[in-house]
Amino acid sequence: MNLLDLVLLLPLVGFLAGLVLPRASEHLIRVSALVFSLVTFGVSVGLGFGVRAGEQFVTDVPWIRSPNIHYHVSVDGLSVWLIILSTFLTPICVAISWKYIQSRVKEFYAFLLLLELGLVGVFAAQDLFLFYVFWEISLVPMYFLIGIWGHERRIYAAVKFFLYTMAGSMLMLAAIIFLYNRTGTFDYPGLMEMLSSGRLSLSGGEQMLLFLAFFIAFAIKVPLFPLHTWLPDAHVEAPTAGSVMLASVMLKMGCYGLVRFCLPMFPGAARSCAPWIAVLAIIGIIYGALVAMVQPNMKKLVAYSSVSHLGFVVLGIFSFTQIGLDGAVYQMLNHGISTGALFILVGYLYERRHSLFIKDFGGVATPAPWLSAIFLVTTLASIGLPILNNFVGEFMVLQGSAQANYTWTVFAALGVILSACYMLWLYQRVFYGAAGQEVSSHVHDLSAREFAGIIPLVVMMVWMGVYSQSFLPPVSVADGRVLDQTKVNVRFQVKTPALKSQTAEVARVR
Amino acid sequence: MQLWLIPAFPLAGFLINGLLGRRASKGFINAVAIGSVLLSFAWVLKTIMGLGDVSSRYVEHYFTWIQSGALQVNFDFAVDRLTVVMLLVVTGVGALIHIYSVGYMGHEGGYYRFFAYLNLFMFFMLTLVLAANYLVLFVGWEGVGLCSYLLIGFYFLRQSATNAGNKAFIVNRIGDFGFSLAIFLVFLNFGTLDFGGVFANVPGKPETLLNTIGLLLLVGACGKSAQIPLYVWLPDAMEGPTPVSALIHAATMVTAGVYMVARSNVIYIHAPVAQEAVALIGLATAFFSATIGLLQNDIKKIFAYSTVSQLGYMFVGAGVGAFSAGIYHLVTHAFFKALLFLGSGSVIHALSGEQDVRRMGGLAKKIPWTFWTMLCAAVAIAGVPPFSGFYSKDMILAAAYQRAPWIYWVGAITAGLTAFYVFRAIFLAFFGAYRGHEHPHESPPVMILPLAALAFLSLAGGFLFDVPQFLERLFPPIEESHDVTLVAVSVAIGLAGIGLAALFYVVKPSLPDSLAASFSGVYKLIYNKYFVDEIYDAAVVKPVVNGSRSLLWKGVDVGLIDAGVNGLGWSARGIGGILRLLQSGSIRSYATWVVFGSVVLMVAMAMAGGVR
Repeated sequence: MNLLDLVLLLPLVGFLAGLVLPRASEHLIRVSALVFSLVTFGVSVGLGFGVRAGEQFVTDVPWIRSPNIHYHVSVDGLSVWLIILSTFLTPICVAISWKYIQSRVKEFYAFLLLLELGLVGVFAAQDLFLFYVFWEISLVPMYFLIGIWGHERRIYAAVKFFLYTMAGSMLMLAAIIFLYNRTGTFDYPGLMEMLSSGRLSLSGGEQMLLFLAFFIAFAIKVPLFPLHTWLPDAHVEAPTAGSVMLASVMLKMGCYGLVRFCLPMFPGAARSCAPWIAVLAIIGIIYGALVAMVQPNMKKLVAYSSVSHLGFVVLGIFSFTQIGLDGAVYQMLNHGISTGALFILVGYLYERRHSLFIKDFGGVATPAPWLSAIFLVTTLASIGLPILNNFVGEFMVLQGSAQANYTWTVFAALGVILSACYMLWLYQRVFYGAAGQEVSSHVHDLSAREFAGIIPLVVMMVWMGVYSQSFLPPVSVADGRVLDQTKVNVRFQVKTPALKSQTAEVARVR
Repeated sequence: MQLWLIPAFPLAGFLINGLLGRRASKGFINAVAIGSVLLSFAWVLKTIMGLGDVSSRYVEHYFTWIQSGALQVNFDFAVDRLTVVMLLVVTGVGALIHIYSVGYMGHEGGYYRFFAYLNLFMFFMLTLVLAANYLVLFVGWEGVGLCSYLLIGFYFLRQSATNAGNKAFIVNRIGDFGFSLAIFLVFLNFGTLDFGGVFANVPGKPETLLNTIGLLLLVGACGKSAQIPLYVWLPDAMEGPTPVSALIHAATMVTAGVYMVARSNVIYIHAPVAQEAVALIGLATAFFSATIGLLQNDIKKIFAYSTVSQLGYMFVGAGVGAFSAGIYHLVTHAFFKALLFLGSGSVIHALSGEQDVRRMGGLAKKIPWTFWTMLCAAVAIAGVPPFSGFYSKDMILAAAYQRAPWIYWVGAITAGLTAFYVFRAIFLAFFGAYRGHEHPHESPPVMILPLAALAFLSLAGGFLFDVPQFLERLFPPIEESHDVTLVAVSVAIGLAGIGLAALFYVVKPSLPDSLAASFSGVYKLIYNKYFVDEIYDAAVVKPVVNGSRSLLWKGVDVGLIDAGVNGLGWSARGIGGILRLLQSGSIRSYATWVVFGSVVLMVAMAMAGGVR
């Protein structure tokens, strides 16, 4: 039993404890959830210190004999910060839901901890089947979080979210079973070893189909344009905690899958699709930003802005460069922090005014100066102001994509202009101007509990923006390994412009 | 040397006032805000003493900011003579304006917020000029833009102010788009972003590449320094409090583009097309905005267009290869334009908020200190020898003549226009009879003292600080013509401008109206600033917003993609509904289907076999 197993076990125990606790003692349930999630976070921080090179905290025990499924988990630089992000946000979600959630408290916190288990499991799993199990585990609590505690159209949004994701998961499951039939194992490191040694050889067509099966599952989750339309509905209808976990961590499951599985296992197919995917990512960046600009609903605006931000992540991944990949992984974390914070703040506004529509606000800065100041910092982080977190990630992604194809960067960088447009316009309409009757009577400044829920995120924005060296080195190591694997496993020759500049980059690194 | 302390003092001031200022007394806020800038100024002086004659570049390394693969960006500061000049201007003029603000903002709400933002601005501006690589420069670059946004929108209850703030930020972002593309290109081709490493390797790189980088950097500079076509934010920026207009939108931030071009002079020297573009854009901006300045009635707008025009002058200097002349003009302009703005602030203060020159007049006797100090600035900007503006402007024009005489002539005519509009403002505000209804009162000493200091610098700054000589070794030598005729002509044109203004607004005040009537078409065009804002709105803003709303969101997203997805869902349900009919529960119908299926299967197998 190592630290990682403990990080997986604690939410499970917390979930079970929540089920056992009596329904009436709501306060106890809340405290229990908070304690479990905080302890989980505390333990998971240990992972961050442990991961400096390669895979760590490995546990590999058989789970099911036939088919041969293992409980095989570990962390490396790719997964460690995503795990910590999940455990970091869960106690915050407990805190911000303290007053917001008043019905079915017991189920709410149970689902939240189950969600945490699923998320950590997805990032830790080293067995494809186990990965799939965690992938689906995380889906269920989110379905209920939206469906039970959501707003008016919650059922529609929850079903849409579930079906959309399931459609992709089915393809992925088929691909996983195909691989098992060929190799007799679900073990990811084992599969990688077979691929690199040549014992598992996929034809060009097979590789392409498998790649697409995984890719579509992940692309829906990211979400990549044009597979994004579940996201605005899910976000708008979800309760604040649901939106936070959805945007900050669940979307990263898709990005993570692309880096972890799509690139190293099917590098030839990934490379030949890269130009197309990059174009979709760039369309997503610009399109997401333009559509965000005209949204009347704050949550929808943030949701479309996520489409834009995650376009950067996908672009970085499919640049096939060290800088682009590092930037993409860093950007996953940055987006988790800043968009999570945006959803929390929008949730605070909703709790005061009981509306998500921009037109119902205006002049919030006067009655709630601290809320406005923190919202401003978050806005600035989100639009990529230097010394705040998103700038570092965006810069690296754009620099990496410039190495692959400078034209991509030219178009993707337009997103940086547009993000300023939609966020500042939002900020102006919500916070500036004279406060109307409704706003001045309902909106008050942050309470101590609300401060506690948002300040950690603000600290992270500055920390990750100023001193990225606390986080990037293990990421670089893991990404370097992914890139090496994409060179080993190439089975059929692909002609893309990305390939040429890639070799130049490698030469320079060495 | 602890260079980091220079920006760290104002940053600490920002944090203290920003976090504690709401409950603090004004005395405390003043002490923190002004104290931090004075400490920073003192540390600049100490640094300069410590570095001796700053003959070589001095670099300090702090920490690695971004590191990935071949990319390594350090948080480094560096000082050379160009930085020294900028540091002195920023902290010196900055300190004066902080002091002035104590008086000017004394009765305003959000006092702590104002000074916190102002300190934050100092932090970013000092980071900008101390940066040792393009990315740290970009930190300061974006940061000053943020502070500009915050301070333009300082009166956030007014929608015009927050609109202007947004406009400033977004237009600057368009410039930064170009700047960041230049940075990517620099790293791609030089493998580093450090100034030292980049500039050492510029010779020998292909000219097309350098031209591209130069032009992209110019896009960034056009945004920050309000050049055509991105100048539109600066006149609107006058929505901010007047000390902000003086500090950020005249003396320091808007000159960052000029600084950046001068910093990148090695690139521009090897990129003739880009350098030509710098000169032409600067010249066009100088002339074009000077004409708009002729007919403005808001005293701050007059000086705003004047700032755009003078920045154009600096670009002309850099563009014709006279980088040190451009920086020289940057310094003298910081003195006289800050003074013009602070002076107009004093006027506005005296008239309880009145900004329209048509409702001023006769103020010379009522607020004499303001009048005399502003007059100093006016003669300096008009290029009257031997005051500061004369030196720098003359140097730019002389260098321009060497490059191409027509640039000189356009520049000289612009100088005439400049002299005219500045003195038009002076005459309208201070001469004749008072046309308003307020009771003008002179400003308190805390405002007058900075005015006096800047007046001294405006008059004497030209020969006190020989900036070009100080920067001699940093830039390629200027090919100067020592043709006295050229000097005489440009001075004469300037004086003619003053004379004409006197004729129009003192001697024969009916003349402007009759002229306006006879050239009504041109008058309307210029009076409405060539309708540039309206054109941008109709050609860019409206199509993007409306297109996003009706085409992308309602059309593509809801109408096409989501309708398709939902259609898939409904059709799946429909198919399910049909398939449900098969599960009738009747054994007989199942048996029928089994038989049918078997037949189909056999036929299929036979056919497959037949093909084989």
